[in-house]
Amino acid sequence: MEYKNVLTVCPYCGAGCGLYIQVLDGEIVGVLPAKEHPVSRGKLCIKGWNATAFVNHPDRLKKPLIREGGSFREASWDEALSLIAEKLLQIRDTYGPQAIGFFSSAKCTNEENYLLQKLARSFFKTNNVDHCARL
Amino acid sequence: MTNSIPEFSQYTRCFLITGSNTTEAHPLIASHVMEAKERGAKIIVIDPREVQIGRLADIYLRPRPGTDVAWLNGLMNVIITEELADQEFIEKRTEGFEEMWEVVKEYTPERVEEIAGIPADDLRVAARLYAQNKPAAILYAMGITQHTTGTDNVKSIANLAMLTGNIGIPGAGVNPLRGQNNVQGACDMGGLPNVYPGYQPVTSPEAKAKFESAWGVEGLPEQPGLTVVEMVNAAGEGQLRALYIMGENPMVTDPDIHHVKECLEKLEFLVVQDIFPTETAQLAHVILPSASFAEKDGTFTSTDRRIQRVRKAVNPPGEAKADWEIICELAKKLGAKGFEFSSPEEIMAEIAKVTPSYGGVTYERLDKEGSLQWPVPSVEHPGTPYLHKEKFTRGLGRFHAIHFREAAELPDEEYPFILTTGRTMFQYHAGSMSRRSPKLEQEAPEPYVEINPSDAEKIGLNGAKKVKVSSRRGSIEVAVRLTDRIKPGVVFIPFHYAEAAANALTHAALDPIARIPEYKICAVKVEPVRGS
Ligand code: SF4
Repeated sequence: MEYKNVLTVCPYCGAGCGLYIQVLDGEIVGVLPAKEHPVSRGKLCIKGWNATAFVNHPDRLKKPLIREGGSFREASWDEALSLIAEKLLQIRDTYGPQAIGFFSSAKCTNEENYLLQKLARSFFKTNNVDHCARL
Repeated sequence: MTNSIPEFSQYTRCFLITGSNTTEAHPLIASHVMEAKERGAKIIVIDPREVQIGRLADIYLRPRPGTDVAWLNGLMNVIITEELADQEFIEKRTEGFEEMWEVVKEYTPERVEEIAGIPADDLRVAARLYAQNKPAAILYAMGITQHTTGTDNVKSIANLAMLTGNIGIPGAGVNPLRGQNNVQGACDMGGLPNVYPGYQPVTSPEAKAKFESAWGVEGLPEQPGLTVVEMVNAAGEGQLRALYIMGENPMVTDPDIHHVKECLEKLEFLVVQDIFPTETAQLAHVILPSASFAEKDGTFTSTDRRIQRVRKAVNPPGEAKADWEIICELAKKLGAKGFEFSSPEEIMAEIAKVTPSYGGVTYERLDKEGSLQWPVPSVEHPGTPYLHKEKFTRGLGRFHAIHFREAAELPDEEYPFILTTGRTMFQYHAGSMSRRSPKLEQEAPEPYVEINPSDAEKIGLNGAKKVKVSSRRGSIEVAVRLTDRIKPGVVFIPFHYAEAAANALTHAALDPIARIPEYKICAVKVEPVRGS
């Protein structure tokens, strides 16, 4: 049996409370508040206590999906990414860079947001990148 | 936030809380406010909706929705007239006082009473409390920004803080409470159409040259791009042909979602990268499965500019991958250079190089020090708990002279109620995470509309359990909750629920500068659903 507590940040509101995810043999078994955290000081609200409850939900997407007619079929990463690359390049070449847009995300990490805007700006040459900060 | 959450419990002597349902939306920030109250700090709550924290307030004012600039000007009017302003701060650190006073002197408490419905003497009491208990912190949230006058509201709040010298000292300041955990970080990282990381404008030739050299590319675009709402509209008009959505669900969060659906359906190509098959993903051509926060490494930046490590606890399910990995792999397929990263730590090293306020951030420091508050310009710099200590970024702080304007859509005979939207304690944003968490869903499983009992009588509710709420854009049926929490003439619907999405009713009138939709106000009618 391998047990560990992994210190991380609550995925819900902007308070940024600290919490530990309890992991037993590679599975999440619970959440503990972080005593030493300057904002949450060993407390969590109901959302924080349930921070990992959705992680193993059966609805989680597990494979890339490609639309075919009215439904989706499973695809390999290679096929899905090749299709995306081909389509985006085709649209850029036909209509120009301003015909492509990107939504980055207040739920993704800083590193991920950085990369997406870098891809939009440095490769596609568009500033059409925004997220739901206003919403 | 100009200041830090822990300063509230430690230093703050007065809170002015507006447009923020703090105890429900940010419970652990509220806990610092409560602790301050226990040692005698004053609390002023100004909110049209009855919010829980109002019960703890020393004074609680309920203006008509959409009149924020009027009552903020009114508070300043009292503070200046009664000579409670911080003269030294105004002289040494600000400019534009005279022009501001030209406007503010018209907003006497009596005039504000006419506009906003706040009794003149109550406004006086609130103004004195705020001005005489320093340090005083202003806390606000979307209730202030989601208006066509959102930018004016925020500037007026800054005016009030400067007028009383409540800037640049611990426990004071202007403190927007961010709703989603990494809104701050997404903005810091240039997830905005007009700025590079660190708010460096895309229109600035120096910034352009800097990023061209850092990224090893030429011809970075100089025109600001489109916002979320503008991109959706451009899709509808055929200007935008492809959209790549990482972890957002505009089909629930955007205003006027029937319109959003129509627009997104016109796209030639839509990619959605998410952890769940969201309402938006249903419209996609390709859906990519991503990792949740528990399954990846990285950093989040919380509302007090606090950069913290997110750590991988478990593997993602099936073939799902972290968003950063997906972008790097897609870049490879595209033949894009500069995405050869093997870990988030390496990405942060590049962020630190190009983003002055993150210059001293490393994973090693975050592991050791727990968190760092930006600006943290160098590895020796300890970080910045509160901003504008000796001077403002632009030198002198500028007062803005701002007149009150009415909201874009006011109630009329046909649509006699004001609809305002917001969050509840148990659900989160579009609900794709919280609604799949059994305990949270159990607490608040169903959409509802809050109506004042006197209005229920007026519309002839007669015991019906459900009502139809309609605006000029759409209608939804929802369960009724009768409550005095809401003022007569106003109804409230939480926006988390796709099956009765409040945003089917809201409209896309935008603030001219921040381009935030006016979620907090639109006109609706309410009719009982017979036999419900
Ligand atoms: S525990 Fe509650 S207050 Fe803290 S970050 Fe999570 S949702 Fe916000």
